[in-house]
Parts: sequence; structure tokens; C-alpha cells
Amino acid sequence: MEFKLKIWRQKDARSQGRFVDYSITGVTGNMSFLEMLDYLNKTLIEKGDDPVAYEHDCREGICGSCALYINGRAHGPADEIATCEVRMRLFKDGETIVVEPWRAKSFPVIKDLIADRQALDKIMQAGGFISVNAGSAPEANSIPVSRESADDAFDAAICIGCGACVAACKNSSAMLFVAAKVSHLALLPQGRKEARKRALAMVAKMDELGFGSCTNTTACETECPKGISMTHIARLNREFLLSGFQT
Amino acid sequence: MGSFINASIGKKFLVSISGLFLISFLAVHLTVNLFLLAGQESYNLVAHFMATDRVISFLEPMLAVGFLLHIAYSVILTISNQKARPQKFAEVDTSRSSSWPSQNMFVLGGLILAFLVLHLSNFWYVMQFGEMDYIMYDGIAVKDAYTLVTGKFVIWYHVLAYVAGAVFLGFHLLHGFQSSFLTLGLYNKKWRRRLEIIGILYTIFIAAGFSLIPLYFLIGHYAG
Amino acid sequence: MSKLNAKIPEGPLADKWQNHRESIRLVSPANKTRLDVIVVGTGLSGASAASTLAELGYNVKSFCFQDSPRRAHSVAAQGGMNAAKNYKNDGDSVFRLFKDIIKGGDYRAREAYVYRAAQVSNLSIDQLVAAGVPFAREYSGYLDNRSFGGVQVSRTFYAKGQTGQQCLLGAYSGLIRQMARGKVTMYSRRDMLELVLVDGKARGIITRNLVTGELERHSAHAVVLATGGYSTIYYLSTLAVGSNASAAWSAHKKGAFFANPSFVQIHPTSVPQLNDYQAKLTLMSESLRNDGRIWVPKKKGDNRHPGEIPEDERDYYLERRYPAFGNLVPRDVASRAAKERCDAGYGVGETGLSVYLDFSQAIGKQGKDVIRSKYENLFDMYEKTTGENPYKEPMRIYPAGHYTMGGLWVDYNLMTTIPGLFSIGESNFSDHGANRLGAGSLMQCANDGYFILPVTIGDYLADDIRTPKIPVDIPEFEKAEKASMEKLQILMSVKGTQTVTSFHRRLGRIMWDLCGMVRNEKGLKDALQMVGKLKKEFWSDVRIPGTLYEVNQELEKAVRVADFFELGHLMCEDALAREESCGAHFREESQTPEGETKRIDSRFSYVSVWEYPTKGKHHILHKEALGFENVEIQERSYK
Repeated sequence: MEFKLKIWRQKDARSQGRFVDYSITGVTGNMSFLEMLDYLNKTLIEKGDDPVAYEHDCREGICGSCALYINGRAHGPADEIATCEVRMRLFKDGETIVVEPWRAKSFPVIKDLIADRQALDKIMQAGGFISVNAGSAPEANSIPVSRESADDAFDAAICIGCGACVAACKNSSAMLFVAAKVSHLALLPQGRKEARKRALAMVAKMDELGFGSCTNTTACETECPKGISMTHIARLNREFLLSGFQT
Repeated sequence: MGSFINASIGKKFLVSISGLFLISFLAVHLTVNLFLLAGQESYNLVAHFMATDRVISFLEPMLAVGFLLHIAYSVILTISNQKARPQKFAEVDTSRSSSWPSQNMFVLGGLILAFLVLHLSNFWYVMQFGEMDYIMYDGIAVKDAYTLVTGKFVIWYHVLAYVAGAVFLGFHLLHGFQSSFLTLGLYNKKWRRRLEIIGILYTIFIAAGFSLIPLYFLIGHYAG
Repeated sequence: MSKLNAKIPEGPLADKWQNHRESIRLVSPANKTRLDVIVVGTGLSGASAASTLAELGYNVKSFCFQDSPRRAHSVAAQGGMNAAKNYKNDGDSVFRLFKDIIKGGDYRAREAYVYRAAQVSNLSIDQLVAAGVPFAREYSGYLDNRSFGGVQVSRTFYAKGQTGQQCLLGAYSGLIRQMARGKVTMYSRRDMLELVLVDGKARGIITRNLVTGELERHSAHAVVLATGGYSTIYYLSTLAVGSNASAAWSAHKKGAFFANPSFVQIHPTSVPQLNDYQAKLTLMSESLRNDGRIWVPKKKGDNRHPGEIPEDERDYYLERRYPAFGNLVPRDVASRAAKERCDAGYGVGETGLSVYLDFSQAIGKQGKDVIRSKYENLFDMYEKTTGENPYKEPMRIYPAGHYTMGGLWVDYNLMTTIPGLFSIGESNFSDHGANRLGAGSLMQCANDGYFILPVTIGDYLADDIRTPKIPVDIPEFEKAEKASMEKLQILMSVKGTQTVTSFHRRLGRIMWDLCGMVRNEKGLKDALQMVGKLKKEFWSDVRIPGTLYEVNQELEKAVRVADFFELGHLMCEDALAREESCGAHFREESQTPEGETKRIDSRFSYVSVWEYPTKGKHHILHKEALGFENVEIQERSYK
């Protein structure tokens, strides 16, 4: 297969970026998108050019490092998939592929396709935890958790923190990310005690860091590699509103 | 309460709750309009009731406040949402991930507002401040709203504007209805599908109702 | 031999840890706030250690090369985490878990160390549950367990196929909580280049800021390495592409001994290589072997579609060779058996380097829905990767480099041979002997980070309560920084023609073929030559574009690959010196008539501990003898 690539190149955070066109031939359908980029980089290096910088690590859709906006979609042309899981057979031979980094005020571009997502860690610091020190945990089975709650909590907890929800959202909102954590911990008795405080603090931090607000378009849900549901956003809203009326 | 309103979800709460208030107003409004089909006397009496009832006249300013809140906080949120992505993507494809109305609520809202200006100047302004004919029913003088309204509904470009307004409103509701419930947290796995269906049915009721009435009179005018 | 004092406490096995905790020295809360600790790595062990140390009052500096601590590779562990809770009432106990690990490791692990791991495992589960890890539950609301390869009880706690992710995020949540409190300072996007010794003690590290390219000096009273394993030496492995040995290797070069470097577990069920540019192999959880049957055609080079090959022309070789355990033999045994079939020419797929893992019978018997409910995410992952539907045709699998049992040698306090340098999790030579049982890795990481290191580090730091903050403007830091810079400059100045990745791929091939699943004397000797030659070629012909002071991913890779050459050399030396087979280490010269591993306890019942040569070229081998007083040594048979 062969492709035309339009890739965002940017030297560093201070420089202006621009799209650069490349063509690539000899791609096979079972190559992953990132392997295709590796292949491109090999040819660039051998020609003496600077390879395209992008983030990746586990390459099996669980670490959340990879974060490319491909042909207008976060993580490329499939639903509920991470960039590293995208295979070239999903594209049409000869197609032009546009590759950009996540774009949001709170995700400044560091180089080429690498956007800095530390803002997500900052939101987590505002309350994405249960305040338990090592040593003070009770016996694991002393707090039963209904299977339904545990399953629901799991469905939220599988967030990989890639930030695709922010990229997919026309408002650059991190609501699905925040909701996944708030919902996960609010569903478990262990996390219940701090649930409302957590919702307030994490939303305040999200707003402060310059993320937009949610307009319930559901774009995040489709592009989330783990398919985290909008219902978790509803739970976050509930926790938040109830806490607002309490104080 | 300050931190509540300052937070994005607090502002969204106001948009949502005012939106639901406006949604319920639409049902009342359409019900009143349906009396147009029942004839001149029925409609004029209902219009008179609406204009004079104490509860309704208490709710009228509330409606205005609802509109203002809905518009003001939508504008505030939209501006900050725009700022959240200073550099736009070169290409955006939301065809699979979200509905067209959900991506364009602000534009739809703007179009509805424009329609509203026309609508209010056509009817509300005239009824409040303009010169109207009166008709006596059982000894009470009642403004002849029927003639005013149906007089407009036989002019094709007015009808076109009303149908367009109803369509914009329909698209706005298609997303707005379920979205309001989501923002209030009244939404879960079970109710998601139900709200979607109720939302669609309600939207059809409102949009079809508001557009069929002027069309009925227009067609009646030309056919009759 | 004085350096190799494992400091195993006196007393009966079951009381050792308790006795030790009661007798080691403590640091008072007020003094803890004056002490700094560096933790490198933010996986399950690093994150839990950093947060727990901060909870205790130490000032922690935490480092990772990723953009966020949440991305460390613990995130990819799938199957589960063992603990001896005996919730299933199936006869499990701390002693039985201990015995299973010792046997699984083929009697090449320390008894005291393993017993402590089994004891502490229960606390680790309690801790992770309290931190909000959504482990699987029964309908009653109590925790569920499942069974895992190589054992006869159900003691594995799991969160679908994402147990590692959930455990890591549990530890990460503790870490960010301490970051918010200001007790942990997080330095992400940093590569550790050098360990800094002051008066023979570990007092700091030199890091490269991966955004600006600047070198930085960080000091502390003690340094903890939680830097994971090094299976990426094979280039293609189940590990994250960025996983590397450089931090551990830099410590080794400064005097930390390296134990059992050649003990590498090859995981039997990964998706086979699909193309030449492949960067990693995708792991399929071994839980699949509960229902999948592994087979190859009986006829050599049979390229018929698997569905067209009739039942009597299929060779279910694991069931044939190991009737008692069948498809559920331990990982090393299953891996070698697959390699044996493929090498003999019976492999399937384009390359002939894969075997079938077939669910058609299980689907026929239990129904598609039952199979789906058990393995949905794995089947989806397989289909995403290969484009083939495993409900319809058999999966194709092949072994892949996975877990390294070897690592930095540590004593009972988890301290290396460098005073003040500690090593936890997979980066140390661990509890697992010559082979690790499934669901043992998360257990060890949580144990080390939450409950062992935070206690034992006090025994060392008790001497430092009067030591002020370590300054970074002293000659030791200057020298270390200069050495790091020189290495980087030399790499940049080569300006050759070949990419770093091409070297890595070639090194991986040598290691995989000659120091992988099966080793022999000639092969290892060849490998030593070939690695040496390739290393020379690397240093004279590698091409690294860009500059030092920017994001330079090729430079990052080059630093790691440069260290892999040296580590690869040591792995081959270690494999060569151990002329027996044990666990995952299979020397062809030492096998039973049926082709199974043959241990030689009389000669090799020891830990191979390698010292980096300060003078001369060759590593120096120290032997830490292993004694077994509490388990009976047996032949490890799964027939």
C-alpha cells in the first residue's frame, strides 16, 4: 500500500509548527499506524532528516501514551481504539492521511506530535484518590461491594488517561476523564466518603487549567479507547450538584 | 454558592434547568396554539385566559428570566469553550462520534433567537402595545388574537419563517432535551435509551405541531 | 565474599520477618522529614514505595521517563495478583504459596525472601482494595479468585484482563496524593543516566531532561531503583517499547552486583510477529490456555486452512507430552514445546513461527457466549491486532520475551551491594528464582513498595539522621555529570549510517536465537563474539539525528541500546557459566531423556552474582549458596 502523509512538524514549544507532506510506499495492511511511522522515520533518518517525534510505549492500548489525531479523529479511523491499535488496513490504499497532535490550550505541543498532558495529572492531584495510608487498610473482605457496583466502577476505572476525550471534544473538555475517576471512586464504599469533595475539587481544577465545559455531544465516548460511557458524566454531575446544594 | 456558579458544571446547571423550563413552556405554548384549529372563539378565549390569569402573568416574567439565563450562560460557556482550543485542528470528523445538532447548539440557538425577535414583534408586541380589535364573548371584551395570527399564517414568507423556526427548534431540542437531563445527572444506563426516545417523540410533537399549524392555514387559504 | 551478606534474620522461617521488623533500627518521625529519598521508576513498586515513604514523612523525589507516572509498564500486567488469603477454602496458606513459588522457580530462590513475600501478599491485597482497585467480586459482594498456571488452588485476585492497570492506578493515586501534599516531587520525562556515589554511598543521580536535553543533578540520602525488567533486550518482547535496563546497568557499573542475568521468562502466548517493522509483541493472557487447545498439523509444511485439517491429522503436542497438566503446563515448558515444534518444521502461518490456540471445542461445548464472557477483551485485542476472528478460526500464537527474574542483587533489606542503593520490584533479582509463576509479579511489586522497603530503608537511614541535605555542587556530582555528558557526546559524534533501531533489532535477534528459550555452549560462545562485534559496529556506525538539547527520541534509544550490548554480553556469560537447566534457563546439554530441564543441584544450587570489572575485562562471578530447610527439593515435573 502507499499513502500521502500530511504530518504536523513543530521544532519545540516556542516554535511555529506547520504541516509537511510525505509519501510512503511499501506499507502492509497488518502494520500498525505507529509501525508505519517508524518505517517513515527510518527513511527520514537514513536521508539525514529529523524523524517525526511522537509518544508511544506499551503499544497494546493500555498505557495511554500514544495520542495522535488522524484524519479528523482522536486515535484515528475506528471507534474505541488507541492509536497504537490502529492497523493500516483500516485506510484506503493511496489515501491522504492528516496527522496532528492533540490540540487544546491545556495540552501545549512540545515537539511535532507530542502534546504535554500533565494537566491531567494535576486534575488527579486535586482529588483523584482515596486518602488511605499504607498500613491502615482493613481486611480486604471486610467491605463487601456489590458485584454491580464493582463492575460499574471497573468500567470507569479502565480510563487510560490518554486525553482522547479532550481532543475529541469541540470544547476541549476533560469531563469524561474527570467523570471516570469520580464515578469509579464514588461507586465503591471505600471512596464514597470523599466523593462529593472530590467532584468539586477535580471540576474546579479542570476549569482552572483551561479545559472547556461539557456540552454532552458524546464525541468523547466514541473516541475513548476504552468506550467509557456518558453515564459516568451524569454521575459526576450528580455528585457535583449534590455537593453544591450541601455547602 | 459562589464556587458553585463559578464552576463549569454550575453554569451548565443553569443552562440545563432554564432549558427544561423553556421546554415545558413550549408544550403549553403549543397547546394554546392548537386551539387555533378549534376556531376563532376557542382560541380567543384561551388567549384571553393566558393574558389575564394571575398565575400565568406571574410566570411570564419568569419565562423572560429563563430565556435570559439560558442565553447568557450559553454565551459565557461558549466563549470559554472557544478559548480552550486556541489552535484548531486542521481537519475534524465527528460524523461517527456525535450528532450534528449537538455540535451546533450555539448556532441553532442563535437562529432560534433571530426567529424569536420576528415572532415577538409579530404577535407579542402587537398584542401588548399595538391596536387590536375586540370581540364580545358572554359580555366580556376579548382581543381578537385569532385574526391577528391567522392573518400572518396566510402569507407564504411568514409561514416559511415559522416552519424554519420550528425546524431549528426541533434540532435544538433533539440534543437539548436529553442533554438537560444528563447535566442534571438524571441519566443512567437504563434511562439513556428512554430519554433518547422521549426526547425524539417530544421533539416531533413540538416541531411538527408548530410547523403544521401555519401550514394548515396557508394550505386552507389557497385550497379554500 | 563479605559484600554478599544476604542478612537473612535468625529464627524459624515463619518468624523471620516479624523478628526482623522488631529488631531493625527506626527513624523518628521528626528525623524522617529531614531525609530525602530518590525513587526511580513509577510502576507498581516505585509508585507504592514513593507514596508510602512520603506518608511516613520522608521527602521523596520520584522519576519516570514517561510523561506521567501512570504509564509505567505495570499497567500492562493482565492476569492477576496472588495472595494467600484462602478465601476459597481450598487449602491455601502462606506456606503453600511459598512452596509453589519455590517450586515454580525451580529451587533457585531464597526461602526466607519468598516466605516473606507470601506473608506480605495478604497485606498488599488489603491495601489495594482500600485504595479503590475494583477487583472482581462474587454476587455476594466478596472478592473472587481464579486459578492460574502451575498451581492447584485459586488464589489469584483479578480485575478482568487489566489487573496490572488497576493495581498501578491504585498505587498512582497514592503517589499523586503525596504530590498534592508536596511530599513527593515528581520529575517526569527524565532518564536516569548515572548513579552518584559519595564516600561509597548512593547519594544521588544524574538525569537527562527529555524535553530540554539538559543534564540535572538530584541528591538524596538514599536511592531506590524500581526500574523494571529488561526483556526489551530481545527487541521484540511483550514489554513496553521504552522499558530498559539503563538505570540498573548504571548502578551495576558503579558497584551494584547483578544476579542471575540470564533468567528470562519467555511467555508462551503472544501474537506472533506480523511484519518486519513490528516494534513489540502483544501478549495474550495465559488464562486463555484454560479453554484453548494448542496444536500444529501432524504433517510438515501442511498449509491447509486449519478448519480443513481433520482431527486425526492434528498434533495436540502439549496434551501428548504432558498428559497430567496438558495445556496448563507452566510458561517455560509451554514455550519450549512450541519452539521445538516450529524448529522441527511443523509451525503454521506465513513464517512457520506460530502454533494454533484453538477454541472451537470449547465454543462447541460451552457455547460462544460463555467463551465471550470469559475472554472478550482478549479476543477483541487479538482481532484488532491480526484482523482474524478467533471465534471462527484458531488464534495463532508464539512465545515472546516477557519477564526477567534476574536483576540487581539485594539483601533481605532490599539493599544492593552499594550502601544506600535499594532495588525493588522486577528490577531486583526477586523472589522468583529461575522462573516466575503467573500473578506473582504484581504481588512482589506491591509487597516491596508498600510494606517491605519503607520499613527496611529505615535500618539504613538511621545512620543518616545527622547528615544534612546532600549538596549537588560537590566534585562527585560534577564528575558523574561530566561522564554522562561525555557518553552522550560520543554517541552524537559517531554520525554513522545505520539507525539505532536496526542495531537493536539485530542484537535482539542474536539474543533470541542464542540466549533465549534454549541455550547451548557453542551458541552462547558465538553470541558473545557476535554481540561484541555488533557493539563495535554500533559505536562506529550509528546515526543519531538532531542535537543534545531538544526532544531527541533517537538519542534516548541509543543510550538504552548501548547498555543492552553490555547487558547482553553478561547474560550470555551467565548462561554459559550455568551448565545446568533450571526453570526458564534451558541448556541443551542438561536435559532429561524426554527433553525436560535437568537441574544439577550438587553444582549449581546458588545465585550467580556478577561484579562489574573495575580492572580487566571480565565480570567476576560470586556465588550465593541456596539452602532449603523448609521444602523438600524435587524434580519439577508436570507430566
